[in-house]
Amino acid sequence: MPDSIDYMERYACQVRLKEFGADGQQRLQQSKVLVIGAGGLGCPALLYLAAAGIGTIGIVDDDVVQLSNLHRQVLYTHEDVGKSKAETAAQKLKQQNPGVTVIAHKLRITNKEALSIISNYDLVMDGSDNFATRFMINDACVLLNKPLVFGAVAQTEGQVGIFNHSNEGEPANYRDLFPHLLPDDAAASCREQGILGVVPGVIGLMMATEAIKLISGKGKTLSNKILSYNCFTNQFYQFEISSKESTKQFTPQTAEAFLQTDYLQQSANREWTEIDGEQVNEILSHPKSILVDVRSEHELPVIQHIQCIRIPVESLASQQELLQQASEIIVVCAAGVRSRIGAGTLYKLFGNSKQIYSLKGGIQQWKENLNIFS
Amino acid sequence: MIRVLLFGQLTDICGAEQVETELFQDTDTLIENLKEQYPALQTATFTIAVNNKQIQGKHPLQDHDVVALLPPFSGG
Repeated sequence: MPDSIDYMERYACQVRLKEFGADGQQRLQQSKVLVIGAGGLGCPALLYLAAAGIGTIGIVDDDVVQLSNLHRQVLYTHEDVGKSKAETAAQKLKQQNPGVTVIAHKLRITNKEALSIISNYDLVMDGSDNFATRFMINDACVLLNKPLVFGAVAQTEGQVGIFNHSNEGEPANYRDLFPHLLPDDAAASCREQGILGVVPGVIGLMMATEAIKLISGKGKTLSNKILSYNCFTNQFYQFEISSKESTKQFTPQTAEAFLQTDYLQQSANREWTEIDGEQVNEILSHPKSILVDVRSEHELPVIQHIQCIRIPVESLASQQELLQQASEIIVVCAAGVRSRIGAGTLYKLFGNSKQIYSLKGGIQQWKENLNIFS
Repeated sequence: MIRVLLFGQLTDICGAEQVETELFQDTDTLIENLKEQYPALQTATFTIAVNNKQIQGKHPLQDHDVVALLPPFSGG
């Protein structure tokens, strides 16, 4: 418990607000919030949740800070490049507000650990960057009956809303918007299509605002609503969503059914195959096989001692002639997300004329076993 | 007249943030017509809201209704 004099002074302006008050502050202090993804949405959300005095904040992220993150992931400095996002973010939040308990979960959250982690918190914030994780988090929150603050961005636009919480009527969730798990290529990623750094800043702050209102019980929340924002046109558009009988069948009804759902495979186009590190050498021993690294040009480590061609994922279509001669293509990236998008793109380009594989877990997993990097 | 609001990648497909169409009797015929006009919409994923409420299935339309087509965003 923080020093009581510090506590009163730190939150004086917030407590003085008559619509919020000491009881609003106390509810924040007693709450536990889990933020999944300490990226463009997570950074501003985390910073303001800590500043506002949320009692316990959990941060889930397995990634490390990259230079290309810094224009939008504002918790990190130039010196943090290469460091764990979850641990670095936790350290920054503790500096900002020593009265907050911060727990870093340095992992890529899957359905294996989601239920046990989420059950320790009162509210979940989704700042993840792919559909497999978004649907998995949604389903876990439905099963555990946890309110979920949703935020997502693309280029100059963002969406924010609250699922699994309703002041009137049945709470809706992400599957009431999109019943089936979406393929990765149903939306453009920040890396592929670009993102103006302020967009996740605005949306991340709105997510924090919704969490603070929901926890304190003050103000009107975006429960059963989605708010869409376009920073270039200054347009806000809000619409209501409702729980639907027809979509309930798509959410796993039990913990067992949830654990058995293969979110990664469902979000992938099925016409290509996900492989493990051990299968790479076997496939590359075949004639006309090729390894394609779809990371950006300057990403490290560089793959060496093994024949490889680098084509950033967004350039695969324009540089497809480089792959014309191949009959088997293994796509790799840092963590196995972009490679799945790349494999999907190659399938669209080449159809069944080539065998296409994506390396599961990316180079991060693979380099444990192989000495192929500089 | 129906005003159709477009979001995300759909603005690229239709080349505008909103388009106006004649009155169609329901959302199915409106979408069918838009897909003929903008073929790339055929493979796009989106949810539909009429007058700020998400709809499910075929929804009747009236003059001056505002229909929004909202694609999913995954970025974080």
